Amino acid sequence: MDAVLLARTQFAATTIFHFFFVPLSIGLVFMVALMETLYVMKKNEVYKKMAKFWGHLFLINFAVGVVTGIIQEFQFGMNWSDYSRFVGDVFGAPLAIEALLAFFMESTFIGLWIFGWDRLSAKVHLACIWLVSLGTILSGFWILTANSFMQVPVGFEMNKGRAEMNDFFALITNGQLLVEFPHVLTGALCTAAFFVAGVSAINLLRKKHIEFYKKSMKLAIIIGLIGSIGTALSGHTQAQYLVKTQPMKMAAAEGIWEDTPDPAPWSAFAIINTENHENKFEINIPYAMSFLAYSKFEGSLKGMETLQKEYTAKYDSVVGEGTNYIPPVKTTYWSFRLMIGFGVAMILLSFAGLYLWRKGKLENSNIFLKLLLPAISFPFLANTAGWIMTEVGRQPWTVFGLMTTADSISPNVSAGMILFSTILYLLVFTILLGVMVYLMVREIKKGPEVGHGVMAKVTSDPFKKVGA
Amino acid sequence: MELSELWFVLIAVVFIGFFFLEGFDFGVGMSTRLLARNQNERTVMVNTIGPFWDANEVWLLTGGGAIFAAFPHWYATMFSGYYMPLLAVLLCLIGRGVSFEFRRKVENPRWTNVWDWVIFISSLLPPFLLGVLFTSMLRGMPIKEDMNMSAGFTDFINVYSLWGGLTVTLLCFLHGLNFLSLKTEGEIRKRSAEFAKKVTVAVLGSLVVFVALSWFMTDIFEVRRIPELLLVGLIVAAYIMVYFFNLKKREGLSFTMSGLGLAFTVSAIFVGLFPRVMISSIDKAFDLTVYNAASGDYSLKIMTIVAFTVLPFVLGYTIWSYYVFRKRVSDKEHLTY
Repeated sequence: MDAVLLARTQFAATTIFHFFFVPLSIGLVFMVALMETLYVMKKNEVYKKMAKFWGHLFLINFAVGVVTGIIQEFQFGMNWSDYSRFVGDVFGAPLAIEALLAFFMESTFIGLWIFGWDRLSAKVHLACIWLVSLGTILSGFWILTANSFMQVPVGFEMNKGRAEMNDFFALITNGQLLVEFPHVLTGALCTAAFFVAGVSAINLLRKKHIEFYKKSMKLAIIIGLIGSIGTALSGHTQAQYLVKTQPMKMAAAEGIWEDTPDPAPWSAFAIINTENHENKFEINIPYAMSFLAYSKFEGSLKGMETLQKEYTAKYDSVVGEGTNYIPPVKTTYWSFRLMIGFGVAMILLSFAGLYLWRKGKLENSNIFLKLLLPAISFPFLANTAGWIMTEVGRQPWTVFGLMTTADSISPNVSAGMILFSTILYLLVFTILLGVMVYLMVREIKKGPEVGHGVMAKVTSDPFKKVGA
Repeated sequence: MELSELWFVLIAVVFIGFFFLEGFDFGVGMSTRLLARNQNERTVMVNTIGPFWDANEVWLLTGGGAIFAAFPHWYATMFSGYYMPLLAVLLCLIGRGVSFEFRRKVENPRWTNVWDWVIFISSLLPPFLLGVLFTSMLRGMPIKEDMNMSAGFTDFINVYSLWGGLTVTLLCFLHGLNFLSLKTEGEIRKRSAEFAKKVTVAVLGSLVVFVALSWFMTDIFEVRRIPELLLVGLIVAAYIMVYFFNLKKREGLSFTMSGLGLAFTVSAIFVGLFPRVMISSIDKAFDLTVYNAASGDYSLKIMTIVAFTVLPFVLGYTIWSYYVFRKRVSDKEHLTY
């Protein structure tokens, strides 16, 4: 494999792995903060137990999320130094601000929260977890500011062959960011909601701690509704924005080779032949593509062949003649469909949950509870598929219209070095994932009564009450 | 002062913050094997840094982010050039971060022991590797006209850089011992103060050799003779004071002095570099400087505004968190990690 492909593989692997944990962290800490708020307001001990139990699972997840995130900051310089030189002026600022504004906040207040149960007043302790939540959200905002620049570069000018920032405000009000950020946040809410719902379902099926898990499940249903509907709405807005800003990605995501008729049908299934630029066995839903793209039942979309011609005229002078501007179509097409499929499934499950709750049948509906177990994976798969579509669909660019992926890598780093580091990362990730799943399952089996397990058990002072 | 010069100073300040803070928790990590006699003692030690280590590490990430934003060429050259050492640092930080969280999630001494070894190794290696990195940067690395660095093994690993690594490790270890005697009670407090005396002597010896090596191996005493000599004086004075306050059992002051020692050492490195950020051993003309490696003025201006707005808050809540957890840690209370 050549260096470009290896560097891409490493980026994909490390980022996907990192992003297993991030949305769960963002969503779960928000839910834990809600639980603790309920505790402080209602003085009901069960909410404190909930905050501790789910907080405990959050911490295990958060630790892995944080450490796998460090790789990202190093990786741009290590594997993508020409990219870093080219965009550092614009791209570096959000990363630095993320560290300054978000990482410090998260890490300081998570320390205060973990160690401060006995040392801080209830309200101050509550403020700490909200600040952690705010920190994770800010972190998302700044990293997506950086990512949005790669999708839709704004607020810069070219100077001596480098992109230089000339409008910070444009950067943080990038249209791409305004659709991407809510989409990622609501996706994070889904992730946490279906995690809490799934774990609660396991225990409700076993008739363990029914009150505790019913309360957890109800909160999860509310968050799941907000998250899944919000993801769909923000996703719809994002798709429309995509048609305007990155039509090639949209065309690839829809498998549109030639310009569509007006109104455009939406392809639900197709066997795509990327060599001959054609699809077979298509299942199309009439009008739907026009609605997806323009929120009305008319309008056509440009196909990849037309766009290839347009891009050739526009960008060949930037990146060299004969460039193929069509991204990997099958990957983009199917990741988009996976994301939508799991998204729809989550909306349906959330409504089913709401219905059963209103009927008072939440803990007795075995089918629903059993469905929630595999559903834990849905948001993870949807998140991953969404990012694959976003990043693979942008190819061959790292920064759309400005720099290609092939030109972005470090010229002084050999393929062997990238391979070596990739293998090491994968090894470490495998261990981390194994340990994390093992610990999570253990904690879940222990249940809420000893939810903060070790903390309670190590009290060696006979004069101090356990878990006080 | 140009903005790019200001950012060089700010990055130096961030690295001072990093070594002052993460320095002691690296040192505490080293003490878990070099000072602790059993798992119980290790648990106490780890809990002294429990609420702090994560935020301390953020100083390094902020430093990296600031280099990226303010000096993209510096970031690109350094991170791609120091590929293997940084990979090792990265793996250590990964292991270290989860070990604190994992070490007592299973009540089995063998489980804890495994993660404690990870904590020890990943507290020992990063200061050493960062020491190697900074000292080899002072000496100069093979950076070509296109700003890319292609270094061989001996560029990274030589007598000078190894000694630099060793010295930085010792400075962090001493700082950690001082932190332990400040934050623990009884047996550990006594032993760490005793051990700190010996390590202070080793630190002073190691520094003398390091200064001598720097005199011959680098140009920092030529280009910045007066400030460098002044800083060397301050560093040595700080560590003599560490010894003195240790004898007087003034733990807080001793800790402050070992922190200042680290701060002066980092300052000496940055003063020696300035205005260069990466020194080319091939040709002076290929040096990366604060002028040719920096971002545009607009970007730096934005960053400056953000930094000066946010940093006071960061310092404020950091100090508050140290105030909240000001008590000494002992195994008579319940320990989280």
